[in-house]
Amino acid sequence: MRKTILPTIEDEHIRYLAFEKKRLDDRKPDEYRALEYEVNPIGAAEGSARVKLGKTDLLVGVKLNAGTPYPDKPDEGVLMTGCELKQMAHPSFEGGPPSQEAVEIARVADRGIRESNMIDTKDLCITPGEEVWMLFIDIQVIDFDGNVIDAATLGALLALHNATVPAGRFGKGEDHKLKVNGWPVAVTLVKVNNQLLFDPTAMEESAAEARLTVSTDENNDIRAVQKGLSGAFTYSEVGEAVDTAARLSQELRKKVMGE
Amino acid sequence: MSLIGEDGKREDGRALDELRPIKIEVGVLHNADGSAYVEWGKNKVLAAVYGPKEMYNKYLQDPTGAVVQVNYNMAAFSVDDRVRPGPSRRSIEISKIIGEALERVIMREDFPRASIDVFIEVLEASAGTRCAGLTAASVAVADAGIPMRDLVASCAAGKADGHIILDLGKGEDNLGQADLPVGYVPGTGEITLLQMDGHMTREEFDSALKLAIGACEEIHDIQKRALKHRYAIHKGGEGQ
Repeated sequence: MRKTILPTIEDEHIRYLAFEKKRLDDRKPDEYRALEYEVNPIGAAEGSARVKLGKTDLLVGVKLNAGTPYPDKPDEGVLMTGCELKQMAHPSFEGGPPSQEAVEIARVADRGIRESNMIDTKDLCITPGEEVWMLFIDIQVIDFDGNVIDAATLGALLALHNATVPAGRFGKGEDHKLKVNGWPVAVTLVKVNNQLLFDPTAMEESAAEARLTVSTDENNDIRAVQKGLSGAFTYSEVGEAVDTAARLSQELRKKVMGE
Repeated sequence: MSLIGEDGKREDGRALDELRPIKIEVGVLHNADGSAYVEWGKNKVLAAVYGPKEMYNKYLQDPTGAVVQVNYNMAAFSVDDRVRPGPSRRSIEISKIIGEALERVIMREDFPRASIDVFIEVLEASAGTRCAGLTAASVAVADAGIPMRDLVASCAAGKADGHIILDLGKGEDNLGQADLPVGYVPGTGEITLLQMDGHMTREEFDSALKLAIGACEEIHDIQKRALKHRYAIHKGGEGQ
């Protein structure tokens, strides 16, 4: 991925606003953009969701195939998460194999879901040692304005909670609902001029020194954390970030949990 | 299986807040501009630095400073099951976060449009290779004579059998409840690498983070000692 270098005037303006606890789009530092979503827009997928977080627009699809288990986990299915930053979504995105950024997004989204035990891979076993369900979560960003990790995680939650196991198609009995537990939500913030800005836009991400994602569960317990970019956080900033992230995740969870 | 015994000792006999033995050697390769070798418990990790040099890939150049490009790799024979050579999604992610953790302390602004290439080779792995890799890479950058604000030290804390523990071993990494690798700059008190997976309450997260930061201070001393040892003038007036 080509690094987006902001014109100095924009970079300085964002930094100046951050210092005043303000943002270009008039949000508060801990305020999320409008969230819109649609469940199962893709009929061919076992579960899917389209999520718009501000101007970031992405699709998440869940597909299940019958496959062979890993030798060291003969009675467990396989969970895999991929992310593609499509070239249509932003001029800095490039073709070819997934960029470092795409790999990181996929792995951070995956970690929040995996570590919360939202999917019990033992539930994905068909015949121990022989056949298991391979569950693929694929994230496709089609229009980019920052904070893909949070939008993609919400999309994955919606797609998984509304997914069907296509047992009929594989001759493994009747189709049934995918068993899913809980709603682990990721909350991402960036540090700009020593101010923590949640749900960053693309411009805020480009102006940012450092980024932090915190995934929490319904009990506010922490399931995954990832720091990104070349800046740093102090110990007290991490504490503040984790506390605010836990509070914001409750609000986000409420918005999607009805589905 | 129990990871912590009734005596409060761990599978390898360590106390909950005890590091594995760490040994750092500086300047172990002759072609690289800087290099370091770290033995950390059963982990054996080499780091080599080339640069600063011209960034060949023009569009990756940064006009404001050097770009730190890290390649973290696990040798095919480094773990029980052979590792397929070439980048994996795991190694791509680890390379990225180690690079970002180093960029904070390297005075990148002195070398616009340049590239500093860091190669981390895990020869033998036994939990905690990204921390050992970052610790080694940081010393290797210093050995290359690249101006730095401080060294980054790195160590993980985590949770096993309900206890907060320091520097997870292999069993604790595989069967424990949480892993929290930290990269820390003691001079400024800044955290430049932070990841977590597993399950911890807010309070557990806080004590694990504090434990890891404390250990980074200790590792920072080992790093400094290794560098001093490499460049000190020893008896007889010769550098070793």
